[in-house]
Amino acid sequence: MSDISLTVNGKRVSGTAEDRTLLVHFLRENLGLTGTHVGCDTSQCGACVIHVDGKAVKSCTMLAVQASGSNVVTIEGLADGADLHPVQAAFKEHHGLQCGFCTPGMIMAATDMINRHPEGLDEATVRAELEGNICRCTGYHNIVKAILAASETMAKGARRKAKQAA
Amino acid sequence: MGIEGVGARVARKEDKRFITGAGRYVDDMVVPGMKHAAFVRSPHAHAEIKKIDVKKAQAMPGVIGVLTGKELKADGIGNLICGWMIHSKDGSPMKMGAWSPLAFDRVRYVGDAVVIVVAETKGQARDAAEAVDITYKELKAVVDAPKALERSAPQIHPEADNNLIFDWELGDSTATNAAIKAAAHVTRMKIVNNRLVPNAMEPRAALGYYDKAEDHYTCWTTSQNPHLARLVMSAFYNVAPENKLRVIAPDVGGGFGSKIYIYPEEIICLWASKKTGVPVKWVADRTESFLTDAHGRDHVSTVEMAFDKDHRITGLKVDTIANLGAYMSLFSSCVPTYLYATLLSGQYDIPAIHANVRAVYTNTAPVDAYRGAGRPEATYLLERTMETAARELGVSPAELRRKNFITSFPHQTPVIMNYDAGDYAASLDAAMAASDYAGFAKRKAAAADRGKLRGIGMSSYIEACGLAPSAAVGSLGAGVGLWESAEVRVNAVGTIEVLTGSHSHGQGHETTFAQLVSQRFGVPIDSVSIVHGDTDKVQMGMGSYGSRSGAVGMSAVAKALDKVEAKAKKIAAHLLEADEGDIVIENGALKVTGTDKSVPWFQMALAAYTAHNLPGGMEPGLKETSFYDPSNFTFPAGCYVCEVEIDPETGVTEIVQFVAADDFGNIINPMIVEGQVHGGVAQGIGQALLEGTRYDASGQLLTASYMDYTMPRADDLPSFKVSTSNTPCPGNPLGIKGCGEAGAIGSPPAVINAITDAIGITDIAMPASPSTVWAAIRATKH
Repeated sequence: MSDISLTVNGKRVSGTAEDRTLLVHFLRENLGLTGTHVGCDTSQCGACVIHVDGKAVKSCTMLAVQASGSNVVTIEGLADGADLHPVQAAFKEHHGLQCGFCTPGMIMAATDMINRHPEGLDEATVRAELEGNICRCTGYHNIVKAILAASETMAKGARRKAKQAA
Repeated sequence: MGIEGVGARVARKEDKRFITGAGRYVDDMVVPGMKHAAFVRSPHAHAEIKKIDVKKAQAMPGVIGVLTGKELKADGIGNLICGWMIHSKDGSPMKMGAWSPLAFDRVRYVGDAVVIVVAETKGQARDAAEAVDITYKELKAVVDAPKALERSAPQIHPEADNNLIFDWELGDSTATNAAIKAAAHVTRMKIVNNRLVPNAMEPRAALGYYDKAEDHYTCWTTSQNPHLARLVMSAFYNVAPENKLRVIAPDVGGGFGSKIYIYPEEIICLWASKKTGVPVKWVADRTESFLTDAHGRDHVSTVEMAFDKDHRITGLKVDTIANLGAYMSLFSSCVPTYLYATLLSGQYDIPAIHANVRAVYTNTAPVDAYRGAGRPEATYLLERTMETAARELGVSPAELRRKNFITSFPHQTPVIMNYDAGDYAASLDAAMAASDYAGFAKRKAAAADRGKLRGIGMSSYIEACGLAPSAAVGSLGAGVGLWESAEVRVNAVGTIEVLTGSHSHGQGHETTFAQLVSQRFGVPIDSVSIVHGDTDKVQMGMGSYGSRSGAVGMSAVAKALDKVEAKAKKIAAHLLEADEGDIVIENGALKVTGTDKSVPWFQMALAAYTAHNLPGGMEPGLKETSFYDPSNFTFPAGCYVCEVEIDPETGVTEIVQFVAADDFGNIINPMIVEGQVHGGVAQGIGQALLEGTRYDASGQLLTASYMDYTMPRADDLPSFKVSTSNTPCPGNPLGIKGCGEAGAIGSPPAVINAITDAIGITDIAMPASPSTVWAAIRATKH
C-alpha cells in the first residue's frame, strides 16, 4: 500500500491505495470522481484522459502513486464554476456527444489539443490528433466540428484578453 | 414549429451531465457494503468440465464467495432462452441447446462463464479467480458456419444434429426457379457478411443487490430494455417474481443491439448477492466484452438475380448460412429470418423471391442483433448484386436501380412486407446531385494522374423499423408484444413528466420526447422531464432497438398527450364557461378561439388538482396512460454514394466523399437525426474497411482488444454529406419512420461497390483492409 497525495481540481487530496492501483481507479474509487471512464484495457480508447501537470494523459497508463505530488484536472474540474469551458459548450452546441461515455476523455483531449495549437486547427489536424480517442456513436463528424468551433472561440477569447492587457 | 417544438434543432437537455462528468453509469453506482465480482471463463472453445476446485480461491485474501454452476442449478436458476420461435420448413421447431448461466458440464466458446468470485476489491476477485482450478477435457471445435454443417464437425449441442438449429424458408421457390430458368440474364454471387463486435464504449456491467428484510432484488444493468430484463429474469430464469425485482438501466454508454439481451452476468450477480449477503458488482473489461457481448452479422450466402431482356428483375433466389455462435441469444433466431429475408425485395419490384436460411451452432460467441440486424445483411447482398448486375449488363448502376424501383404504394412484396410510402428516385437523385455523380469521370482521371485508383459506389437501401405490430410478430414466433407504453403526468404547477418504456442510451430522448410535448402544449422543454429506465417508475415497456423509439415510443406519448389534451380542454372550457370544442392550446395557454378569453396552462393544471371547480363527475388530477401498438412496420429508405481513392502501392483506401440521402418521414430534431446517420455510417464504413473478427481454427478469438480489432477512428473517416427527404409514414400518428440504423445498413455496399469499381474487380472481402486491397490489386496484374 502507498500513501498518495496530490492536487485534484484545485483541491489537495490524499489517500492510500495498493501499489498496483491505476490513477483512473484512484480517481474513480477513492475520490469518487466518476466522470473519468474506463473503456478498454489497453490504453487505446481515451475515455480516461485527464490533465496531469497541464498535459493530457490517459489515466489508465499511470499508477496512482506515480501521480503523487502532481496537479490533476479531471472533467469535473474543467468548467469555471457554473460557466462551461468553451470545449464543453461546443460539444453541446454541435451535438458532439450521444451516449456520453467517451465524452469526458474527448473533451479533455480536445482542450489539450487546442492549447497545444495556439495557431489554430484544421480538420485534418483535429482528426489526426484524435487518434487516441475512440467514439462509437457520433462517427466523429460533430466532435470534429465542435473542436474546430471551440478552437475559434478560445482564440477569440485569448485575443480579447491580450487586447485588454494592452 | 416553435423554437423548441417538433422539427427544431434543439441542443440536448441531457448533455449537461455528460459534458461535466456527472453522467451516472452502472460502474459509477456505489451501494453500501458493495463488493466486486470476477468471472472465471473458459479458455477453451469446446471442452468438458471434469472438475472445479475452488478451495484455494476461497482461502485467498478478501474473498467472500466462490460459486459454481452446480450451486446455481441447485437453487433453481433457469437456462437462458431464445425468445423467438422459428420453425424449419419441415415444420419442426428450432433446436435450442441448453445455456446455463454458469457452465457446469461443458463449455462451448472461449469466454463461457464457469465460476463467479466475489471479493472485497476487484483486484482481489481477479486474483482469486486465477486461483480457481478447473480441469477440462478439450474437444474439437468448429468456428466456421459452413464447416459446422459438415458430417465430420464436432457436435456442439445434443439437441441439434449436425449443429443445424433450423432450416427455414420464405417465399415461392417454384416461381423463383421458373423466373431464373426463363431469364435473359442471371447474376450470381457468393456474398460473405463479416462478423462484427458491437463495441459500445461502456462495457457491460451489472450490480445485483438482494434486500433480505424485504426479500427484494434490485439490478442496475447496462440495458436497452430494463422491463424485458425484469420479465425474462422473472418468468424464465426464476431469479425473483416481478414484484420482487426492480431493474434499473441508468445512463447507458451505447448499445447498438448488444445491450438488448439478458446475459448470464446480471442473473448471476443477483443470485450471488443473495448467496453471499452482499451487493455484487461486475464490470466487464474490454476483452471480456469482445469475448462475450453478442456479436453481429456472420452470414455466408449465394444469390441468383434474374433479369428479363429489358433489365427488369424477375426473380431473386438466396441461400444463406447464418452463424449463431455457441448458444441461441435472446433474439438471435429472428435476425437471419424475419429481419433479413423479409427485406430481400429492397427498393425493387421483384415478382418472385425465395430465401432459404440455415442457422448453425459454432464454438464462437453468440450472435444476435447488431445495429440494423438482418437488414444490413439483406442490403449488402442485394446492393452488391445490383452493382455486379449493372456491370455485367453494361448499364449504369443508377439507371438499373431506377428502372426497378417500386413507384406506387402501398406495395406488397413477395416476402411479407407491405411498404406503405416512399420515393426512392428522390433519394437517388438527391444523392447523385450531392455527390456530383456526373463529374466522377473527371475526378477519376485526375486521381489517375496522381497515381491513385478512384472509384464510386452506390447503395439504395430499405429497412423495416418501428418493431412492430404485436399480433403480426406473435404470428411469426415472437415471445413478446412490441408495443410501447407512455404515461404523461401533468403536475399541479403545470410542469410535466413523461414516463416512457423506451430507453435512451445516446439517442437523446430526454430532448426529443420533450419537444413533442412542447409542440403540443406550448410549454418550454425545460418544464418537461422524461423518465425512463427504471421498472419501479415506468410500469412496463419494451425498450429501444430496431429504431423503434420514435415510431412506437413517441407514438405512445402522442396518444397519451391526446388524452391529456382532451381533459385539459374540458377543464378549461368549464373554467372559461365556453364550449370545449372552441378551446385551442397556444403558447402555454388554453384559449377560447376567436375571443381574448384564456386560462394559462399552469392554472388549468392547478384547477385539476385543487378540484374546487371541475366539470360535474370529472375525477381530479391530470395523468394519462397509453399503450400504443403499431399497425405496420415503418420503411425508412435512402441512397448512399461513396467515393474512394486507393493508393495502389500501399492498398490504403481513403474515403474521399460519403453522401447519405435518407427518407425518415417526419423528423423531430434534425440535429439528432443527422448524428444518428453519422454514427451509423461510421459503423458501416468500419464493417467495410476495418472491422474483422477473427477466430483461429481452435476457437481462440484473435481480435479481442483494441490492439487487434480495428475500430473506426477520427482519421479513418471523412466528414459526411447528409440530407433527408420526407414521405411521412402513414402508419403512425407522428409520420415517423426511424433513423437509428439506416447508416449502418446502407453504407457497407456503397463502400465495397466503390472499391471494386476503383480496382476493376467483382468482389473483395470485408473488411477491405490495406493488405486485402493490396493483394486484390496485385492479383489484377497477373
